[in-house]
Amino acid sequence: MTDKLIHTPSTDGIDRRGFLKCMAWVGTGLIWTMSGGVLAGCIQPQAAGQAAAATGDFSFVQISDSHIGFDKDPNKDVTSTFQQAVDKINALSTPPAFLLHTGDLTHLAKPEQFDTVGQVLKGAKASQVFYVPGEHDVIGDNGKSYLDRYGKGTQGAGWQSFDYKGVHFIGLVNVVNLKAGGLGVLGQEQLDWLKQDTANLATSTPIVVFAHIPLWTVYPQWGWGTQDSEQALTLLKRFGSLTVLNGHIHQILQKVEGNVTFHTARSTAFPQPEPGKAPAPGPMKDVPADKVRSMLGITNVAYVEHNSMLAVTDATLA
Amino acid sequence: MSLVRLHVRHILLGMSGLITLWLFVACVPLIRDSRAEPPRNATAPTPVLSNAQVSINNFTFTPDVITVTVGTTVTWRNQDDTPHTVTEANHLFGSKGLDTDDQFAFRFTDTGVYTYFCSIHPMMVGHVVVK
Repeated sequence: MTDKLIHTPSTDGIDRRGFLKCMAWVGTGLIWTMSGGVLAGCIQPQAAGQAAAATGDFSFVQISDSHIGFDKDPNKDVTSTFQQAVDKINALSTPPAFLLHTGDLTHLAKPEQFDTVGQVLKGAKASQVFYVPGEHDVIGDNGKSYLDRYGKGTQGAGWQSFDYKGVHFIGLVNVVNLKAGGLGVLGQEQLDWLKQDTANLATSTPIVVFAHIPLWTVYPQWGWGTQDSEQALTLLKRFGSLTVLNGHIHQILQKVEGNVTFHTARSTAFPQPEPGKAPAPGPMKDVPADKVRSMLGITNVAYVEHNSMLAVTDATLA
Repeated sequence: MSLVRLHVRHILLGMSGLITLWLFVACVPLIRDSRAEPPRNATAPTPVLSNAQVSINNFTFTPDVITVTVGTTVTWRNQDDTPHTVTEANHLFGSKGLDTDDQFAFRFTDTGVYTYFCSIHPMMVGHVVVK
């Protein structure tokens, strides 16, 4: 399929038809095509992979909220759907350069749950997986088990950055040291690190930030936001292209604000209700078994260097 | 009231508000504390409870404010399909991750107003008033 949606930083370019086509893929994962660092459109995973292959650029896949250990309705076998997500990734015509897992690897941060995550991802055809923790991964020990297993080479509570083919990737942690009544928190130490990390980058450098809880206020009544995200975004606003990838809310939401594109990915485990559409943000346990996979997914992001644009594709597990 | 059996593996006891001690027991009878009797001249409009239960349901602590006497053990039970914690705002006490139907008990030995929250979903906040 070649349906492609192009937009420039000045207009979001998303028409109703294109939006609906994008949404049709929501739930199995998101494939982003990066082209010059700007979100360019929404295409199917295979098309994104082909586009990347044709131009010699690269793609990567975001997976999120695998919640290994969850065993209730509407999905009593989250390891199986996580495996399906990996199978979907392995079926891409162009293998992704790497994977990003945006947190809630596990449901209860238990050793055996962390083990299962590693075992399933061992089968993924990707050279590397980069992680940030979700709040479920830091239960009980403020993230120590997570860091021991998945935080090697990171700093602080697990934050990190790396460069790939001219794009600067930044993994942020906003799930530790949370306060009563508050939202996600980055904290001053991490903000100081972020400032230092990006100080010497040219403003033309495409930036991709990934973190668990959304870095924009989606629905504070349910804790869907980060209280000091504005400080981080202020540090990054000089860059011409900023893409922010989050998880946590188990559904796709997208917002374009100037040069910043925000996108949340689906879970591979269970869907959560739209903001405010239920008494609480827990699992949507009444979803029929044959519908669940259409609400789970992965996200593929392809980067095309010559026109500095990003394309994102979400694909479901159905 | 007969002895209450707590189906919790961890019972956290607060001692003098400073020393906490984890007892690792599979299933123990809760020893009633003689100090847990409500004061005989209590006239406060808010009921003062000698032992108390708080349920966690729909991402809410119910009741979100309870008033108890010194020596009372408060027990929280998670009735959600999502794990929660009971974490005192200043980390004076706290549970592990409570999965569905898990319980956590804490005995309050000092007067005061204790604010707690779920460290996984920090918008969930509750209070225990100890008189």
